[in-house]
Amino acid sequence: MSHTVMDRAPATEAPAPRSLAHRRLPRWAPAALAVASAALGAGIGLAAGFESRVQWGLIAALLFVVSTYAVTTAVEGSRQAKDRIATSVVWVCFVLAVVPLASLAWTTVERGSRILDGYFLSHSMAGLNQNTPGGGIYHALIGTLEQVGIATLIAVPIGLLTAIYLVEYGRGRLAQAVTFFVDVMTGIPSIVAGLFILSTWVLTFGMGPSGFAGSLALTILMMPVVVRSTEEMLKLVPNELREASLALGVPKWRTILKVVLPTAIGGITTGVMLAVARIAGETAPVLLLVLGSSFINNDPFDGTQASLPLYVYQEYMLGTPHSYDRAWGAALVLIIFVMVLNLVARAIARWKAPATGR
Amino acid sequence: MNPPTSTAPPPAPLPPQPAAKGGATRPGDRIFVGLSRGSGVLLLVIMAAIAVFLTYRAYIAISDNQANFLTAFEWNPQGQPPQFGIAILAYGTVVSSIIAMAIAVPIAVGIALFVSHYAPRRMASPLAYVIDLLAAVPSIVYGLWGALVLVPYLDGMNSWLDQYLGWTYIFEKTSSGPARNLFTVGILLAVMILPVITNVTREVFLQVPRAHEEAALALGATRWEVIRMSVLPFGRSGIISASMLGLGRALGETMAVATVLSPSFLFSGHLLDPGGGTFAQNIAAKFNEANEYGRDALIASGLVLFVMTLIVNGAARMIIARRKEYSGANA
Repeated sequence: MSHTVMDRAPATEAPAPRSLAHRRLPRWAPAALAVASAALGAGIGLAAGFESRVQWGLIAALLFVVSTYAVTTAVEGSRQAKDRIATSVVWVCFVLAVVPLASLAWTTVERGSRILDGYFLSHSMAGLNQNTPGGGIYHALIGTLEQVGIATLIAVPIGLLTAIYLVEYGRGRLAQAVTFFVDVMTGIPSIVAGLFILSTWVLTFGMGPSGFAGSLALTILMMPVVVRSTEEMLKLVPNELREASLALGVPKWRTILKVVLPTAIGGITTGVMLAVARIAGETAPVLLLVLGSSFINNDPFDGTQASLPLYVYQEYMLGTPHSYDRAWGAALVLIIFVMVLNLVARAIARWKAPATGR
Repeated sequence: MNPPTSTAPPPAPLPPQPAAKGGATRPGDRIFVGLSRGSGVLLLVIMAAIAVFLTYRAYIAISDNQANFLTAFEWNPQGQPPQFGIAILAYGTVVSSIIAMAIAVPIAVGIALFVSHYAPRRMASPLAYVIDLLAAVPSIVYGLWGALVLVPYLDGMNSWLDQYLGWTYIFEKTSSGPARNLFTVGILLAVMILPVITNVTREVFLQVPRAHEEAALALGATRWEVIRMSVLPFGRSGIISASMLGLGRALGETMAVATVLSPSFLFSGHLLDPGGGTFAQNIAAKFNEANEYGRDALIASGLVLFVMTLIVNGAARMIIARRKEYSGANA
């Protein structure tokens, strides 16, 4: 008997909040609508015979948005309905973006891991054609490391000094011009950087294709990135440190070298590594200036060289199953290389973050 | 800054002054100033050299061109007489970028809102991190994925569009074949510039003053009304400049277009027909068969691309610069 009393007590109270607040949909309503529209979308897709799952997804997403709007307008009113529709549109945006990106990551890992092994990493393509299995990316790894290494050696000092100029010395017109053109330079398409080196180094000065020519183009792409990130980091160094050092009679250049740069070194390293990651994946300038090769060429100053991104492109263009396998394998190596650089760079940024910043 | 109340007359500050002045002329300082200013000047010289050399080589090419460089529908710089024009390339570049922007900008704003306002707190910062990483994926990998995964996928969608939207002319498919067309290129470019636009937009959204949002909430606004009344107006210029940075990237993208598109110099208003080309793609595709004059012709088309991206990026930077309080735009 007592059970029924216990059951009734809350039941009689239930209508009271309903009269005070708007009627609300139950919490599980969006989930239920999502499941229903996904099922319906799949059903319609099957019935109409669409091959592409993307279409199923689109139909389901559309159904979800429309049904949410209709149900919420009926129950909660139009303002709440607009709020809910915005929520579902934002979620749909997120899902829409995740699908291709997840597919990209999954396909690269799945296809690439089929071929990626010690043999693939330690052999070149010498003597192989598009119809032969086997071969590897050793020559491309050498090429990429050398080209990116040379570009880094040139770009980092220039980038660092430019950033120091902008932050520590730069006043007036020249500094403004440099700031503006560094921004503009960030947006130069990589193929234009390649064309520039082509028009000077190759066409005007008459030099042949080489890894070094590619490095020069990569340098142009890398410098503005280094300048921007270093500039941001130097601005974070507190002025008190500079003033303290100057007050002790230390010359300005020694202050910059011994106080300012060491304080910001973590952030600068991060910026440089992100820049390296960016240029390591550039294909277009390498395509124009280094031309690619099947053979191991350890000399970046003489003759054509291979490079990892270019290898992916050229194996893709050969268009046979074996070359596609090799392209995916090299793409996986490239992605791993870039991602490791990114992760390490961010770890350094977190570990060496200037605690005394603003 | 200094309190005007003077205490005891300090004799100490006087001697250091000449020393400090003398410091500016110390040889170490002079060398260091010279080096750092020299690097800054070097950057300016490189920019100037890019413009000068591209223009010079382009001038060589265009002065021998027998066709109108801006309007000709062909690319035959090694023919007799040499004839080439950029009409098809300009059309392809602009159309594929417009498609990419039309798809990417709304979705990127949506994702930025998702990360800044909708996602559960614990998910938000890992998500931002993942988006950062995606912006670092090399374009050739996007190209490989686009050509081998996306193109077969979009075949079905193309025939669907042709069937139901074919009457709009632009979605009419007049020749069969795989979906290696400008529409696919636009979708792939959208996927590529999505992380770029999202990153910048998200940073702006996070800078919206909390007081604006809380004021709207206190008036009883729903979450969407808060976003419409305080977040979007505050972030509008950020969205615009982020989109233009993305546009700059889409215009100059080479490898993703070169792998996906099957190029041709026949004009077609039908987006789903294979063919067309973009500046960057044409350079990559025609480079290997080009002699020196052919390369000059390609450089001429590259100059047009250079000017286009300069304008777009310059405009984006000016919009950012007008908002001094928004300083996170180092993308």
